[in-house]
Amino acid sequence: MESDPNKIIGEVTQSDYKYGFVTDIETEYAPKGLNEDTVRFISKTKNEPAFMLEFRLKAYRHWLTMKLPTWAHLDIPPIDFQDIYFYAAPKKKKQYESLDQVDPELLATFEKLGISLEEQKKLAGVAVDAVIDSISVKTTFSETLAKYGIIFCSMSEAIQHHPELVKQYLGSVVPYTDNYYASLNSAVFSDGSFCYIPKGVRCPVELSTYFRINAANTGQFERTLIVADEGAYVSYMEGCTAPRRDENQLHAAVVEIVAMKDASVKYSTVQNWYPGDKNGTGGIYNFVTKRGICKGSNSKISWTQVETGSAITWKYPSCILLGDNSVGEFYSVAVTNHHQQADTGTKMMHLGKNTKSTIISKGISAGKSNNSYRGLVRITKNASNSRNYSQCDSLLLGSTCGAHTWPYIQVENKSSIVEHEATTSKISEDQLFYCQQRGMDAESAIGLIVNGYAKEVLKQLPMEFAVEAQKLLSISLEGSVG
Amino acid sequence: MLLSIKNLHASINGKEILKGIDLDINQGEVHAIMGPNGTGKSTLASVIAGREVFDVTEGEIFYKNKNLLRLAVEERAREGIFLGFQYPVEIPGVSITNFMRTAVNELRKYKGLDPLSGGAFLKLMEEKKELVELTSNLANRSVNEGFSGGEKKKNEIFQMAMLEPTLAILDETDSGLDIDALRVVANGVNKLRTKENAFLVITHYQRLLDYIIPDFVHVLFEGKIVKSGTKELALELEEKGYDWIRKEQQDNGKAE
Amino acid sequence: MQGALKQNITKELMTGLYADHRAAIAANDYPALTARRENAIHRFEELGFPTTKLEAWKNTDLRESFAKEYAVVLKPKQDVDVQKVFRCNIPHLDTAIMGQLNGWYVSKDVPLMELGNGIIMGSLAEAMKKYPALIGVHLGRYADTNGDAFTALNTAFSQDGVFIYVPDNVKSPKPVQIINVIHNDENLFLQSRNLIVLGKNSRLSLVHCDDSYNHQPSFSNVVTEIHLGEHASLDHYKLQSLNNESTLISSVYFRMEASAKLESHYISLNGGLLRNNIRIRFNGPHGDAKIYGIYLMDRKQHIDNQVFVDHAYPDCTSGELFKGILDEHSSGVFNGHVLVERNAVRTNAYQSNKNILLTETAKVNSKPFLEIYNDDVKCSHGSTTGQLDQDAMYYLRQRGIGEDSARMLLMYAYADEVISKIAIDPLRYRIEDMVKKRLQGELQICEACVLHCNTPEQPVEFVIDMTKI
Repeated sequence: MESDPNKIIGEVTQSDYKYGFVTDIETEYAPKGLNEDTVRFISKTKNEPAFMLEFRLKAYRHWLTMKLPTWAHLDIPPIDFQDIYFYAAPKKKKQYESLDQVDPELLATFEKLGISLEEQKKLAGVAVDAVIDSISVKTTFSETLAKYGIIFCSMSEAIQHHPELVKQYLGSVVPYTDNYYASLNSAVFSDGSFCYIPKGVRCPVELSTYFRINAANTGQFERTLIVADEGAYVSYMEGCTAPRRDENQLHAAVVEIVAMKDASVKYSTVQNWYPGDKNGTGGIYNFVTKRGICKGSNSKISWTQVETGSAITWKYPSCILLGDNSVGEFYSVAVTNHHQQADTGTKMMHLGKNTKSTIISKGISAGKSNNSYRGLVRITKNASNSRNYSQCDSLLLGSTCGAHTWPYIQVENKSSIVEHEATTSKISEDQLFYCQQRGMDAESAIGLIVNGYAKEVLKQLPMEFAVEAQKLLSISLEGSVG
Repeated sequence: MLLSIKNLHASINGKEILKGIDLDINQGEVHAIMGPNGTGKSTLASVIAGREVFDVTEGEIFYKNKNLLRLAVEERAREGIFLGFQYPVEIPGVSITNFMRTAVNELRKYKGLDPLSGGAFLKLMEEKKELVELTSNLANRSVNEGFSGGEKKKNEIFQMAMLEPTLAILDETDSGLDIDALRVVANGVNKLRTKENAFLVITHYQRLLDYIIPDFVHVLFEGKIVKSGTKELALELEEKGYDWIRKEQQDNGKAE
Repeated sequence: MQGALKQNITKELMTGLYADHRAAIAANDYPALTARRENAIHRFEELGFPTTKLEAWKNTDLRESFAKEYAVVLKPKQDVDVQKVFRCNIPHLDTAIMGQLNGWYVSKDVPLMELGNGIIMGSLAEAMKKYPALIGVHLGRYADTNGDAFTALNTAFSQDGVFIYVPDNVKSPKPVQIINVIHNDENLFLQSRNLIVLGKNSRLSLVHCDDSYNHQPSFSNVVTEIHLGEHASLDHYKLQSLNNESTLISSVYFRMEASAKLESHYISLNGGLLRNNIRIRFNGPHGDAKIYGIYLMDRKQHIDNQVFVDHAYPDCTSGELFKGILDEHSSGVFNGHVLVERNAVRTNAYQSNKNILLTETAKVNSKPFLEIYNDDVKCSHGSTTGQLDQDAMYYLRQRGIGEDSARMLLMYAYADEVISKIAIDPLRYRIEDMVKKRLQGELQICEACVLHCNTPEQPVEFVIDMTKI
């Protein structure tokens, strides 16, 4: 894998948001706006069993009673939910039997994004589920995985072929009543990935979903569900891009993870939705609910995220540590530039005994952006001998941005120890000078230093993602030095 | 007999560290325990001192004919067991003077003696400080806080001098010491040796034993004492290293 | 209003009382002040008493405090033996003492003292009559009447409290001690207001004590505005030792001009529900504020420290260190908020909150929050919650120190990090003593207030005496 810093810097100095192109694909929409008919339309189009329609309708009716959350340190312009297409899918034949039937434009789109869906060009060791405008277009490696009993397919397929599993786990971690956007998602989600790792199986490849918003005026609502049965292990990656458009687009996904006894799930995200332009026009509203439950003893869920995109990010990948000795981890790098806003962090709920959590968050703000870390660590009465360590650092580039740290620490158990540390500072003048004296321009030097600063988190990423993430960090900060 | 350990097994978090230790120590004796890292030397010291994180799963320890395992840490200490720590903990906010005054007076109370007056206590401190060449300003600082490695170890010996134990266990007191500090520590120990007390010196290197001459040397390997001898054994170990023991153990294993 | 009926305190009751008695309440006012009262009661009516639905009150539930009935006293009775109540001394500490009974200034001799060096101290009500211009420049200018319901209520109702004025270039020769004693046969609902003004380049040490005299429930809402002029320096000590039935909402608003220096110490030893709103605004560059807190809570006591530091100007430094030990069913809240505004370059700020829980039923909520809008800053915060250092416990016990003594020694050492910051030696010894007693469970709310001693008290003989060696 290439990680030559010079090459990264080279790209930094040239590139802009390079995933901003639009592909001309024939698209099928649900009528604009949201009402019960929209929900029924989606469920019917997808030929879902009755329990799904019921789930969606309950969610929709509950959503109607809810108010937009306003507690985040975000300035969210009003969203007209009647001006959004809640369902958009590349028009297709009934089922793709082979890649030949997939729209060549669509294949080209993923090629351009560096994701090959063709078997011979598949990323080595990575099984990919490609989702475009809410619809899974192709899942690679499925047959290979089937040999291990691993189910990795689109959520739509899972609803058709594994309804019992979906029924058992969907909404079990993030109930449809959870929050405004999760309820909305539960009502209208179109697709996403589903993954089940059976007892004792260590998934031999990285599983990956690649999300792409293409159509205009659409909301993307995908739903991912990962279940790791006793003793299972899986590493899961998620990547996202969207075209450059002047209007804002809504993305409200839900990810649920269930880890049974002795199971371990590693979830990595590189979020690079279109962030809007330098003046803050356009960009994705990324309002996502991600949560995992360590259900059995000795289970582990680890979240790693690199957040560089989106105009507004509202996202708190969390762990419910229910099983004794279970472990939750959250590693995050969040970069905001120009007019981007991010309010992101995690929740660690310690319910079981001897549970352990680690939070490492690195925020980097530049331009006129605002970047907030918001994290809750809660040790309940029964969570004896639990431990949490949090380290949340913020780096500010320039005097027009903001960096905020909101830790919430609640301890109700005397034998547990919670430690939180945070620092906020600007980039070191000495480091900058050192790099510049060696001939780098300020922008390259910043890219380099920021990558070093975020290393603790980046090293948690699977190899395939680490390089991309490094590049992204540098690119995102472009234009941050005046 | 002062201390008698029989078939001692101890574990931490379910992992067995000590796998059957037998050791007898009489008053007036100095015993050295040597062995490679991670074989259980510090665990043995902690178990004798009564650290609660270790579970004694089998065997017994008798000290002054009392079942030691029934006593709490502080009761053992008051009975005269002193542990010189390998890594003495820093206690911010507690000055050495107050710390020692509390310890000395609790010990006196246990023995049915009146607490020392402030003046008498300070006089005692001065005497003992000299013994270990402890600079006076150290005593006003918080326990071990910001001390150098050498200062921490000197402080341990100073405390030993203050508490006059019957059985002093020195856990790798020599680690991290330069030659001058080592000499100071060893001199302190030698001055405190009497016919009534005994020392158990745990060390990785022979170096310390040039200064504190042991009566007996034991080699601890994988949770058991595999060899015992006199001070010559230490020299032999110094020369041949621990690989020799390791090999011998493997050969024994094969022979069985 | 003497012998007022005990009743449940509600928003409607308070606004009704105000409407019925506005003339009496505003009797001493200069015109602008009356207008401010009107505005404040209106604002209070809009805000209402806070509930746990508000982020700032999420972890402090006032329902239990409000479940008790209180008498709202608009004018105090002064028929107590002042000499009996205030015979306070700290051994070897020579202080100028000011007494407050139930929030109202009580004078041993004159209501307003004017010292030779220009220092004025005494009753705020009296000062409003005598120095309306001086008062008018400051009173109500720093307190957040608009956003804080209790401050609004206080602004509407308060008539008296303590006033201290230190003129430019004057250094108060001895510490000033304010002792506010709550003492009544009825449950009281009280509003009192203090104003402390430090002129340019002046200096003051202020010891401010809140004590109960008996076990009668009370609810005090105290607002204190403190203005530090350029290069002024204030050493501020807040000692809280109220009975378990008392609720105290104490809001202190510090306004710091350029190069002003503040050290504030909050020592909370007892109280049913204690809420400290500590708000500091730097109103010029090169200010320096250090705020220290120690709280020792047990039974069902609750403490909530809310510290807000507004870095509105460049080159200011702020530091917060709050440490607590929570025993039995007690609960503690720390909410720190450091705001660094856009132009406040070269800001240096840290927040630290540490808690020890001694029982399974004690709990803590800690939220150290940093909000930063420029890059030329050095800010950090930390929060630790846990138990006493188990390695240290083992070490102490290995030296023969019994478990109880070892625990006491470690708790004391833990508190000492904050107490050692007290600059006035006799005061520090006294507080060390009190903390020791408190930790050993010997400090009860009794007939004597914390600093109120009938005879110069014999220092208690402790097993561990940290101070004498």
